[in-house]
Amino acid sequence: MEPSISTSVGSINLERPVMLASGILGISLDVFRRLHRNGAGAVVTKSLSKEPWEGYPNPTIFGLKNGGWINAVGLSNPGAPYFAKMIEPNNEIPIIVSLVGSIPEDFEFMIKQFENCKITAYELNLSCPHVAKVGLEVGDDPELVKKIVTVVKNTTKIPIIAKVGLGTTHYLDTVGTAIECGIDAITALNTIRAMAINVDTKRPILSNKYGGLSGPPIKPIALRCVYEISSKYDVPIIGCGGISTWEDAVEFFLAGASAVQIGSAIGDNWIGVFDDINSGIKKYMSENGFSTIREMIGVAKKS
Amino acid sequence: MQRNPNHTTICIVEKVIDETPTVRTLVFSDDVMSKVLPGQFAMVWIPGVNELPMSVMISNELGKAAFTVRKHGPASTALFNLKAGQQIGVRGPYGNSFDLKQGKILLVGGGTGLVPMMRLLTFMNPQDDVTVLIGAKTKDEVFFEDLANKLLTKNIHQVIVTTDDGSYGEKGYVTDMVKKLVDVNHYDGVYTCGPEIMMFKTVQYAHSKGLFVQASLERMMKCGVGICGSCCVGEDLVCRDGTVFDGDHLLSNPEFGHFHRNKAGIPEIY
Repeated sequence: MEPSISTSVGSINLERPVMLASGILGISLDVFRRLHRNGAGAVVTKSLSKEPWEGYPNPTIFGLKNGGWINAVGLSNPGAPYFAKMIEPNNEIPIIVSLVGSIPEDFEFMIKQFENCKITAYELNLSCPHVAKVGLEVGDDPELVKKIVTVVKNTTKIPIIAKVGLGTTHYLDTVGTAIECGIDAITALNTIRAMAINVDTKRPILSNKYGGLSGPPIKPIALRCVYEISSKYDVPIIGCGGISTWEDAVEFFLAGASAVQIGSAIGDNWIGVFDDINSGIKKYMSENGFSTIREMIGVAKKS
Repeated sequence: MQRNPNHTTICIVEKVIDETPTVRTLVFSDDVMSKVLPGQFAMVWIPGVNELPMSVMISNELGKAAFTVRKHGPASTALFNLKAGQQIGVRGPYGNSFDLKQGKILLVGGGTGLVPMMRLLTFMNPQDDVTVLIGAKTKDEVFFEDLANKLLTKNIHQVIVTTDDGSYGEKGYVTDMVKKLVDVNHYDGVYTCGPEIMMFKTVQYAHSKGLFVQASLERMMKCGVGICGSCCVGEDLVCRDGTVFDGDHLLSNPEFGHFHRNKAGIPEIY
């Protein structure tokens, strides 16, 4: 029998295990449709804020000589109210809405905007490494994480995912806090705070100076984090960070992820990357006697 | 080793040419950029200021390329004000290019949209019969007319300039001239770059006559590589799927000719 690549992240059921990561391409419903048609199991929106944000001036992204990217787009987004209206007609695409804010009330306000939309899940951005007062600065504050997750869980019945990153509070503690407050799943890992300096002009390249490192250079780190989370906690995990091939995706399943997200790989390989990874996973499963994704999850921990 | 197109390369501005009071061409040496295809663009870093998507202008010197910029906002004004000897960063080239047809060819350009049109002219075959339409608001803003004639010396050709106020060339919008020409002539290929409404009308007129037509689109861009999504037009990404699109594809796109997105990603009407 042909293996099935459908998967479940807690109560979130997906026909395909490869999703679009937040921050990538996610500003229009038309583009979501195209990504879904091309193999994305779900799409995660850009992180939405209460109001529209313009983000930082360019340069906002920079390609490293040997692969990988550093970006500080600055969470540019059209704002939750506009976005909710835009996706209201959607009935077919599994959309995970990423939210960014500073206080519990921000998240509560934004979730209310989506009352008339069909949402697969919300992903809380507790980990963007290059914008003040939100993202990682929130994720690094355990009391704030506690308050936000609690309020969000009380605001909606839709599953809530927390996306974590490497900040000053140990990410395993942040995951533990989120689990205590009833989080449904964890996405690990966000980009890692980094920078690049141009030697000819002797200045940082990004207008924000600091950005987040993504792509192949961070994959081993993200993989380690997924392995550590799944070893310590019983929580569904979405693997994210430098995944660009089916082999990378399988590594994350074996480490304990139930699904994966890809971002930078789209910049390197364009939209066909979803179908490429999906079919590679399927082939691997056939060759290795797996009939479901579930059978693969965390297998590496048993060795 | 081949250079990573996503990694910024620093180039020195060697020469600055005044095209009009508000348009300048900055020439620099770079082998990669000198060989780009018409329609392709570079992300151009003005250190300490900003980074802009720019169509790559031709140079008459081997191994050199240029950017032709109109001063508009703070970033383009900073680029406009650069002097010989100053540094710029380039990454790319990005994007696709025009599909070249042979025979009777019509090019329609406005403003700095003429840049990919000039590069396209360098790809014409000697037997092509080429008409170039240059649209401008007024006489002071006309540029590249002489260059177009020079690039086409081996061809049967005509270069027609229109100005909105009639201060030079034919009076009226360039798209009125497009309509006039496609009404009485068959063209094997129509190519356009410039203000979106100009392209929209050009594509409409050409398409209504069953002509092969392509347009090179411009949008606000951040990454240039298909990651940030800023330049989406409907489901298309200008940086990655374009900048060149077929006319029939564009006419089926609900945003072409109507909306562009601001920095936050909210559509704004043209």
